[in-house]
Amino acid sequence: MSNGARHGPVAEFVRKAGVMGIFFVRLLIACGPALARPRLIVAQIFNAGGRSLIIIMLSGLFTGMVLGLLGQDVLQRFGAETALGIIAALALVKELGPVLTALLFAGRAGTSLCSEIGLMRATEQLTAMEVMAVDPMSYVAAPRFIGGVIAMPLLVAIFDVIGLYGAQLMGVQFLGVDRGTFWSQMQSAVGMRDVTEGIVKSLVFGVVLSLIAVNEGYHSEPTAEGVGLATTRTVVVSSVLTLFLDYVLTAVFL
Amino acid sequence: MVDVRDVHFAIDGRPIFAGLNVRVRRGLITAVMGPSGTGKTTLLRLITGQLAADSGQVMVFGRDIDALSSSQVYAIRRRMGMLFQNGALLTDISVFENVAFPVREHTDLPESLIRKLVLTKLEAVGLRGAAELMPAELSGGMARRVALARAIVMDPEVLLYDEPFVGLDPISLGVILRLIKHLNEVLGITSIVVSHDVQELASIADETYLISGGCVVASGTPQELARSDSETVHQFMTGSEDGPVRFHYPAPDYASQLLGADEG
Repeated sequence: MSNGARHGPVAEFVRKAGVMGIFFVRLLIACGPALARPRLIVAQIFNAGGRSLIIIMLSGLFTGMVLGLLGQDVLQRFGAETALGIIAALALVKELGPVLTALLFAGRAGTSLCSEIGLMRATEQLTAMEVMAVDPMSYVAAPRFIGGVIAMPLLVAIFDVIGLYGAQLMGVQFLGVDRGTFWSQMQSAVGMRDVTEGIVKSLVFGVVLSLIAVNEGYHSEPTAEGVGLATTRTVVVSSVLTLFLDYVLTAVFL
Repeated sequence: MVDVRDVHFAIDGRPIFAGLNVRVRRGLITAVMGPSGTGKTTLLRLITGQLAADSGQVMVFGRDIDALSSSQVYAIRRRMGMLFQNGALLTDISVFENVAFPVREHTDLPESLIRKLVLTKLEAVGLRGAAELMPAELSGGMARRVALARAIVMDPEVLLYDEPFVGLDPISLGVILRLIKHLNEVLGITSIVVSHDVQELASIADETYLISGGCVVASGTPQELARSDSETVHQFMTGSEDGPVRFHYPAPDYASQLLGADEG
């Protein structure tokens, strides 16, 4: 660990990236045996996904309502309120759904994954498993990784649906946009390609964010301070990487 | 059974062992003693194959553990049990499930048999009644006894104890001490106990190694060590402050540092 500190920040960054790369490969290999323990994976899907549901649904609802308000206000200046459905749907499915869900996921599920694994490291539970001839990679790390990867697209889908309901609630119910045009315009304008973009993004974010959280927890210093630092890093790195990758993926899909 | 031959080991360039030789014979309780920071826990990690020696050999069950593939190391670990300082129980499952954990992972025994096996082991450490508790509800001594039940559930040939007496009240300490002796006598488990609690260890150990400065400074039965005229051994066995092992961490001269304190 201390080897990197003697060199510059660039070398340290490369070293960390290398550690994470190797960890990713080990994680993928460990996924095989982990799949033989479906109960652990289901528990982790609940942990990462189920427990994030309320915060995701609330955020989705308010994001949709803002879209409805703002969209209606802007569009009516051009007499184009009928396009509200298109705007709301495209914004949610392509950008806001995956990105906001990922940011919330980093704060809610990522931190809990990271600190849980870090504490298991600090209390020697991971070492104990190794000595009992149980690979902690396939018992602890891989199920949490798989759980996160599966949970993320589902959370994004739920965020999108609730968000659309919120936009509809503001636009149609309160501000009087025509219900028929709202839905039919949306139906005709949103293509499979837009949905695919959202799904691809949610999958990428799921893999990257779960990897970061599990990696940080697994490699955290086995002290209270070390686990705290690792948890903070998880949120910071996850958030920045989410926005960066979102830009890259949007550019790719244009 | 376990044979550590001329092992050299360093962490970040800081030497921990320089030519360490420890021989553990079958069926005996071998105590490894030494001041804090002499790498007693590191020795256990070398024996379980979690760390690899820089040079020298660590022979476990007659095989060099550093030369084995990871699946072979895992096979060897199934024949060992280890008791950690804090128990290292898995905090998200109950006491019962903790003890059942190695059995579930390594065997396909039916649930009814697992249940009997786990309850037998818990009974052996006197905690059958605590089976449904969570680890967070246990006291330190209880947690260590549960961890001991977990360590013996697969009927290991060798048991490693990492500082089993630290932080225990006199009653729990006595219980653990008797359990170590009992398991050794009744089940014939070869035991390696790493600790710095001299008096406790002396009462149960068959053989004792005293480690200091990276190698063994004395070995023999506890009685032999007590009679030793080596200064290091004497200082450690009697717990005196003055001797070859210094109480003070290396520092500049005390008086000159105090008197010159206004320099900065």
